[in-house]
Amino acid sequence: MSGKVTPVNRGEFEREVLQADQPVLVDFWAPWCGPCRMVAPVVEALAEELDGKLKVVKVNTDDNPELAMKFGIMSIPTLMVFKGGREVERFIGFQPKPALQRRIEPHLD
Amino acid sequence: MVEVQVQSAARSVAPQDRLWDVVILGGGPAGMAAGLYTGRALLSTLIIEKAVPGGQIANTYLVEDYPGFLSIEGPELARKMEEQARHFGAEIVYGDIESVDLKGGVKTVLTSEGTYRGRTVIVATGASPRKLGVPGEDELAGRGVSYCAICDGAFFKGEKLAVIGGGDSALDEGYFLARYASKVTIIHRRDEFRAVRQLVERARQHPKVEFLMNRVVERIEGDGKVERLILRDTRTGERSAFPVGGVFVYIGMIPNTGFLKGQLKLDDRGYVPAPEDCATGIPGVFVAGDVRYKFLRQLTTAVADGSVAAMMAEKYLLDQGVEPGTKEKEAAVKA
Repeated sequence: MSGKVTPVNRGEFEREVLQADQPVLVDFWAPWCGPCRMVAPVVEALAEELDGKLKVVKVNTDDNPELAMKFGIMSIPTLMVFKGGREVERFIGFQPKPALQRRIEPHLD
Repeated sequence: MVEVQVQSAARSVAPQDRLWDVVILGGGPAGMAAGLYTGRALLSTLIIEKAVPGGQIANTYLVEDYPGFLSIEGPELARKMEEQARHFGAEIVYGDIESVDLKGGVKTVLTSEGTYRGRTVIVATGASPRKLGVPGEDELAGRGVSYCAICDGAFFKGEKLAVIGGGDSALDEGYFLARYASKVTIIHRRDEFRAVRQLVERARQHPKVEFLMNRVVERIEGDGKVERLILRDTRTGERSAFPVGGVFVYIGMIPNTGFLKGQLKLDDRGYVPAPEDCATGIPGVFVAGDVRYKFLRQLTTAVADGSVAAMMAEKYLLDQGVEPGTKEKEAAVKA
């Protein structure tokens, strides 16, 4: 499982993200989004480095517009961190890895 | 064979610990073209990019004015340019440029991720969308305030949208957004558009596009997302609330030159003045693309600048006695 970014759909979101035991990083992306392709390797690297402390999933907003709407996603890439079913961080647009890491780490146990 | 071994040895040295022949600031079309030329000339080449290789074309839906491609998606052309620059040996690192020291024979570039050193620097940092500078704009960015229709348009299906601006981009992107929106209102502060007539007519004839002239945005309001604009009529001074689900701002660009203050001469709009040879006046420092003062800012003029700047950098290095092809032997410099 190490370094894996699991795709999650609308039906799985509740269980995989909101009810997860660990903090979860969610990458909202779409295939046509250029900057999303840039973010993907950064997200994969974080999944690997923070394996065991952070769960990392991705949501394709084309296939899951309900989720995008529910969380008010109006620009991608958007990365969100959920802890205990609650949004604790939101990053809109491309962010370099160190910047992401600095803001994610305080939420890890 | 020996050279191959030397190369692989140098490649294991971290980019921060090398002295690069050419450091290119910005991985847009100008930077990629420069990197392709200097890489091909066997100069060790580092490109520093802050976000996504490709610059503005990475956020452009279709490119139809670049010779050789009848029509190509912006991100795809960006990817091809990156691939080509890398193919000829340019390396790419990511980071926000914070400051530079361009004087002397070794120039340094300080980024959020590390410090890099080069014998020459090509400034190709491009330009970014200009903001309205009104209350609510920053707070609601990514929550209904957008500067990129192709990036964000799909999230506004069935919504009422406003596009601010009167140039080619505003008219073009307004037309593009009409495929998603229930209605697109192009709001402009003057009584006529600056955009070419063909774009104005195309938008005018679209049943979902309407124009609202002589209005400026004073505020963007909404609770967690954009709900309305407060507009002022420039003729009467009258204020009105204009309900929208999103607002796309296309009021021109500003050059990314903040980090150059005190290093390079800038014109009153922040662009770097340089003649046809892209030379900045500081030996070994060149400027290419949208960031340079020029008459026309297009993909074609950016790559033209990139090529010129690259050739000038090579010439400068030759004059300094740095021979192309010796790059890897000299690359690993003790920090």
